[in-house]
Amino acid sequence: MTAQQKATLQKLGPFIALLVVSGALAIMSPDFLTVGNLMNVMRQVSINALIAFGMTLVILLGGIDLSVGSILALSSVCIALMIQSGLDPVLATLLGIAAGAGMGFANGWIISKGKVAPFIATLASMTILRGLSLVFSGGSPITGLDSDFFQMLGGGYVAGLVPVPVVWMLLMFAGFWFLLKQTVFGRHVYATGGNEEASRLSGVKVDRIKIWVYTVSGAMSAMAGVVLTSRLNSAQPTAGTGYELDAIAAVVLGGTSLTGGRGWIFGTLMGALLIGVLNNGLNLLGVSSFYQQVIKGAVILLAVLLDRAGKK
Amino acid sequence: MKVSMRGICKAFGPVRVLENVDFTLHGGEIHALMGENGAGKSTLMKILSGVYQPDSGSVEVDGKAVAIRSTRDAEAAGIAIIHQELNLIPQLSVMENLFLGREPSRFGVIQRAAMRQQARAQLDALGASQIDVEAEAGSLSIGQQQMVEIAKALAMDARVLIMDEPTAALSAREIDTLFALMRGLQARGVAIVYVSHRMEEIFHICDKISVLRDGCFVGERVIADTGFDGVVKLMVGREIGDRFPGRDVVPGAVRLAVRGLSDGRHIDGISFEARAGEVLGIAGLMGAGRSEILKTLFGVNRRTAGEVWLDGAPLDVRSPAAAIAAGLAFVTEDRKSQGLVLGMSVRENATLVHLDSYARLGVVNGAAEQAAVAQQISQLRIRTRDAELDVKSLSGGNQQKVVFAKWLAKPPKVLLLDEPTRGVDVGGKAEIYHIINQLAAAGVAIVMVSSELPEVMAMSNRILVLHEGRQTALFDSANLSQEDIMAAATGTAGHDTRTTQD
Repeated sequence: MTAQQKATLQKLGPFIALLVVSGALAIMSPDFLTVGNLMNVMRQVSINALIAFGMTLVILLGGIDLSVGSILALSSVCIALMIQSGLDPVLATLLGIAAGAGMGFANGWIISKGKVAPFIATLASMTILRGLSLVFSGGSPITGLDSDFFQMLGGGYVAGLVPVPVVWMLLMFAGFWFLLKQTVFGRHVYATGGNEEASRLSGVKVDRIKIWVYTVSGAMSAMAGVVLTSRLNSAQPTAGTGYELDAIAAVVLGGTSLTGGRGWIFGTLMGALLIGVLNNGLNLLGVSSFYQQVIKGAVILLAVLLDRAGKK
Repeated sequence: MKVSMRGICKAFGPVRVLENVDFTLHGGEIHALMGENGAGKSTLMKILSGVYQPDSGSVEVDGKAVAIRSTRDAEAAGIAIIHQELNLIPQLSVMENLFLGREPSRFGVIQRAAMRQQARAQLDALGASQIDVEAEAGSLSIGQQQMVEIAKALAMDARVLIMDEPTAALSAREIDTLFALMRGLQARGVAIVYVSHRMEEIFHICDKISVLRDGCFVGERVIADTGFDGVVKLMVGREIGDRFPGRDVVPGAVRLAVRGLSDGRHIDGISFEARAGEVLGIAGLMGAGRSEILKTLFGVNRRTAGEVWLDGAPLDVRSPAAAIAAGLAFVTEDRKSQGLVLGMSVRENATLVHLDSYARLGVVNGAAEQAAVAQQISQLRIRTRDAELDVKSLSGGNQQKVVFAKWLAKPPKVLLLDEPTRGVDVGGKAEIYHIINQLAAAGVAIVMVSSELPEVMAMSNRILVLHEGRQTALFDSANLSQEDIMAAATGTAGHDTRTTQD
């Protein structure tokens, strides 16, 4: 096997892992490999995948965004309050996503201009934004969002088969693929993550790239918030707690390096699907939710260890 | 004492790095190990110091075979290596570094007094009495850190000292100190392997020279019986012609004019002009502010005083991006940390600066990009199997050519070069000089910082000399001697009488 073939195999690792796990589940449970169930899995995955796409950019920069769950909650609360107060649902949704982008922008600005470590900056904003969503909502769920349009965003189907959130996920996947592969912006993200100093000296506007990346991450979190709020038909101020860890897990499972500069969006999609398939399969098999956590953690560890061994 | 390596073979995957190499070293000699980048010098020395295991072959010390399976085994056999990147822990003190892993202790409690005393004695024995054993290692100059590393090696009874490019980051004065130290060790019977690309130094300090080419041992010579051309021929297997190719360009109009440039910290009151087709050299000791001039011009450091004109128009750049837009290019000093994104391919590095040229509305035209890179690879003669390979898989000289490629995708008006041939082998250097000459001929104004005096003198039309951030001379490089430059660089010259500027 040549080095190049090995590298390709390495890259396809997450895809192969997904096939293996899916194959095993298909054998163990007759319910797994049905169109209905697979669509269900994809719909469950979509929220994590949307967040993880944004997180991929952040991690490619060598950063981290812990605030995604809080951004999700706060934008969700904002949208619900706007719809409740009678604002047009389409406009409310767009404003909510813009609000998420704004929160991400603030993260990026603090990290690049204030030179604060991403872990610290987003840890702080995670806490602040969670607090704000509790303040704005009064600490209780906001319900009664009487809008067909809004319910369609998370709960509808295209052609009576494909859930709308899955369409969002696939569209965003295609968009991120294009962004990273084909655009100057994408190249600059890889370059900045690979060697910030060399990139700056090569004329890459590193600060601007960082601010944009965190802004995108914020917008994607808000988009996930739209899907979740629509599905539940209510906004929960505590929604999205711990989502940052699922998103980071998906990115890392997909083979993106936590030190930045290396990774791809396809891997993240595979990582998110792998986590979703495991959740679904273990449920179908009737494994207790306590053991599910143990198994999920073990799978993540195993995947990363295999990845490591493959690189040697 | 005698160390012999016999029939050493080593392959990394399918790549055979060393092929049946012999290398013999005697106590009390300074033995240069030479070869182009990628010839296998570092691998051979890593085998001798226990970092790598050979696939076959043996190492004998005084006629007895020794198995060196780890750096610990090497230390036990009296073999120590001083890496180019120094291995001190900057936050620990000098003495803590010296005794790292073998701290004098009783019941696990470090005996600081004993440690201080022994450290002092060891450094004094090397003539390094000015180094404070309590100082943080990171606060020392590179030359002093190297002294500490050498002391550390000797404290472990090293009888063979391998030094990999030890002078790369040293000033001329520090190099003199290092050479004196090496001579002292030599007199004590220590064998020194000296790995370097600097010919002058090798002929100055070494007794013998062994040459590797493409992983094979091609010969050993006694320095006294050989000359520069002979060594180069052994290394590259052919004549490379002139070491410094001549340039026949008459400088034209002034492109870059600098008056009273200061950054408030490192440099003060720098003034010079660089004309189209001219190479202006900048010489000076380490820390004199040479790189800072380039960084300030390029918008990396902030200018606090002075004026700069480019092609007659005032130039005020506050970021590298703005400098590039104005037509400046900057080949930085440290290829690995400032020049290249090592995890990216040759293609991605080569187009990093001017990627916009191959893009419309932010979308890269892959075909156009690939075509441009292919053209640059052939034009600059970058040796790589594939533009998609990681740039870090290339040899130093070829990596440096990728750095040039990145800047030359669009011809700059002014090219700033900081140590453009550091860590580049002799063949690669000649090619880089050719590139510099071609750019000069095309009307680019070039400002070049270099620590290698022969290089500065041969390549520059004029040479600006710095001493502690101030300009002490601006020489015409014709009929100039190294002593003139050194006198100005050390501040011992009355600069008014020595300046030969128009």
